[in-house]
Amino acid sequence: MAAGTPTAPTASNRPQGAQRALEERGDMPPAADHRTSMAGSLRDAATAAFLVFVLGFFFLGVRSDIAPGGLTLTFRWGLLAIAVAIVFGARLLLNIFVFRTARPLTQRMGGAISAQGRAFPNLGKWLGRALFAFAVILPFFFTYFFPGRERQYIDLAILIMTYIMLGWGLNIVVGLAGLLDLGYVAFYAVGAYSFALLAQHFEFIGFWTALPLAGLLAAFWGIILGFPVLRLRGDYLAIVTLAFGEIIRVVLLNWYEFTGGPDGISGIPKPTFFGLEFVRGEGGFADFFGIPFHNIHRFIYLYYIIFILAIITNLVTLRLRKMPVGRAWEALREDEIACRSLGINTTNTKLTAFALGAMFGGFAGSFFATRQGFISPESFTFLESAIILAIVVLGGLGSQIGVVISSIVMIGGIELLRNLGFLSQIFGPNFEPTQYRMLIFGIAMVLIMVWKPRGLVSTREPTAVLKEKKRIGADMVAQGEGH
Amino acid sequence: MVSASQSAAPAAAPMTGEQRKWDIDPVLTVEHLTMRFGGLVAVNDLSFNVGRGDITALIGPNGAGKTTVFNCVTGFYKPTEGRTVMRHGAGLLQDMVDEVTAGGLRSIRDGDKAVFLLERMPDFEISQFARVARTFQNIRLFGGMTVLENLMVAQHNTLMTASIYTIGGLIGLPGYRVAEKAAKEKAVYWLERTRLIERADDPAADLPYGDQRRLEIARAMCTEPHLLCLDEPAAGLNPRESAELNELLQFIRAEHATSILLIEHDMGVVMEISDHVVVLDYGVKIADGDAIQVKNDPKVIAAYLGVDDEAEIDIPEVRKDLEEVEQAASDEGSAS
Repeated sequence: MAAGTPTAPTASNRPQGAQRALEERGDMPPAADHRTSMAGSLRDAATAAFLVFVLGFFFLGVRSDIAPGGLTLTFRWGLLAIAVAIVFGARLLLNIFVFRTARPLTQRMGGAISAQGRAFPNLGKWLGRALFAFAVILPFFFTYFFPGRERQYIDLAILIMTYIMLGWGLNIVVGLAGLLDLGYVAFYAVGAYSFALLAQHFEFIGFWTALPLAGLLAAFWGIILGFPVLRLRGDYLAIVTLAFGEIIRVVLLNWYEFTGGPDGISGIPKPTFFGLEFVRGEGGFADFFGIPFHNIHRFIYLYYIIFILAIITNLVTLRLRKMPVGRAWEALREDEIACRSLGINTTNTKLTAFALGAMFGGFAGSFFATRQGFISPESFTFLESAIILAIVVLGGLGSQIGVVISSIVMIGGIELLRNLGFLSQIFGPNFEPTQYRMLIFGIAMVLIMVWKPRGLVSTREPTAVLKEKKRIGADMVAQGEGH
Repeated sequence: MVSASQSAAPAAAPMTGEQRKWDIDPVLTVEHLTMRFGGLVAVNDLSFNVGRGDITALIGPNGAGKTTVFNCVTGFYKPTEGRTVMRHGAGLLQDMVDEVTAGGLRSIRDGDKAVFLLERMPDFEISQFARVARTFQNIRLFGGMTVLENLMVAQHNTLMTASIYTIGGLIGLPGYRVAEKAAKEKAVYWLERTRLIERADDPAADLPYGDQRRLEIARAMCTEPHLLCLDEPAAGLNPRESAELNELLQFIRAEHATSILLIEHDMGVVMEISDHVVVLDYGVKIADGDAIQVKNDPKVIAAYLGVDDEAEIDIPEVRKDLEEVEQAASDEGSAS
């Protein structure tokens, strides 16, 4: 949490929760052989199961229904028994493999993952190249191999790419400059509404003219947010940025005359290809190039727009890291006082980080507006900020490839759950996998954080090398303010 | 305050009566500096000069206010009262000092010469324009960045200008590439001087303590300071490392136009390398002179070095005090 204190080395990083559970389990004898005994594990699991029974009795076991003549209580013993059995089994397994063994499974798996990483030092680079190559041909891959479903897949790819871009934008603020920003979605909203409102009021403004304007406006709002939070540290910074995100959303919701309030803004123009619209008939894109009209052209085009925007974000970030301003961001994350003693204007440095991060958020926002054709404040809730931040944190603060992987896993994973129709054949026709996606999402996040507390790609790449490039372990790198 | 310092100096001192070097050509003048934290007076009406090209030591017992003076000079604290004048260019530059003070300005520049009133400047400008660099008592390196990167960050302002505030560097102008190369060369120069060249690509947090101390000095030197403020540079070093530090500081003074102001507890370091020693106790200056003068000053011995060693007690006042105490003790002993 504190900027200066390095965390314990990764190899010895046991899950905090498990450690605490071990320490707090006062009734267990302290000796190691007792602690790891089967009887102890069983007793602990039984305790947990009993707790679930007590709690679950009211939540699961009893159900009140409105019936003629008042409420009737129905008892669902079967459901309660299943819940108790699941907790008992899971707790027992955890005890045996994680909590109460000399070598916890999590540690072994964490070690194995780290060892894999060490065995292939260029894994990240090659993975990055492979992903890039796939991203370039992606629309054609799907149209060729999945005819009929390509629209769905390309749409998903667009969504993932939007989050990658947002993640990269936020990475500048959170990962490099180390300023925890819980209201990043505000800039996404500013970008989207800038374009929507400009297009609504001025006939001649299309996507390509609005894009830079939206970016500039978002950057402007980034600076506006930057000023009050300059002096804030730690939790206070997080709270103020969170509030800022909400302020923007609430203003959009309530300023009915200007933003349309909860009705949103519709009829946002689609992007054109050098003036060619993706419409059927005379003068359209398909007509101009003499190919048969197909709806998918517009999606492919949208995909490439967001792909190029994301790549620009990435390239600018990578380039800036090796520039004085990027190094100053990282130095700021490491030690702000030392920065000032070296003559770095920390005010400007923080503001550039906020402005640049916000600008990319604004670009993504105006892309979002043109893709949807309709925006309303509902798209810019705190949950969006949380998802973007989760992408950055899961990927590993400051890691570009980590953001890509975690975007694919998180956004793609959530969407994947919509397509698991076969599960309803197992669990019965009433089973709806999408209802559980937040649960699975949460569990996945907890698991990743237990195994890789500093994100999937936690090492830092130096920006200047004299002889040999050595990656820097996460335990050395500070996290900055608000974590 | 020249008169105060001279009255504090012992009468037998060789330079009494004549103007001393640091009063004729000071790089930094601290005048009537007072720093209060609520009711606590950490530094009270302190005045001293730091001579150009000198190694000046600021010593005193724990809690004497040394680090507070440093924080005031480098802008991390805003002094309650007082003036701190930083001079670029030889001499007292009295006209310029008066002009900048009366004009309410932060600094004034006239050709090569410049005068800065540090108490009016924010901390980063003190480093950037007045060229005062500092190190910290509890080392403040960028632990997650490599040794080389630490030194590149120190050249931020030079590189920022060369990259035309990032824009030029972003579009790949050649000027920035040249500047970056020069910055790297300068970093390598200081890494060689501090014998850290082998560790250039290791994270700074990985270095042993003594290396971290040297790296912090190298990083401060990369800002090309006129005055280098070192806060306990020898703390935690073994005797060999201490001796190397002395060499490094003497090298910096000899080869670069950098004056040094240091806080130090290690008397070996202080006495060996300092040209000028200022002694603080409870926020007040009790002695000001060269190492020999200060070493023999009874006030200093009483306040700082202590009177534990029998051989040291050659000062009449102290001996008298001690005899009285012994007398009282023996009286009490005989009474019981």
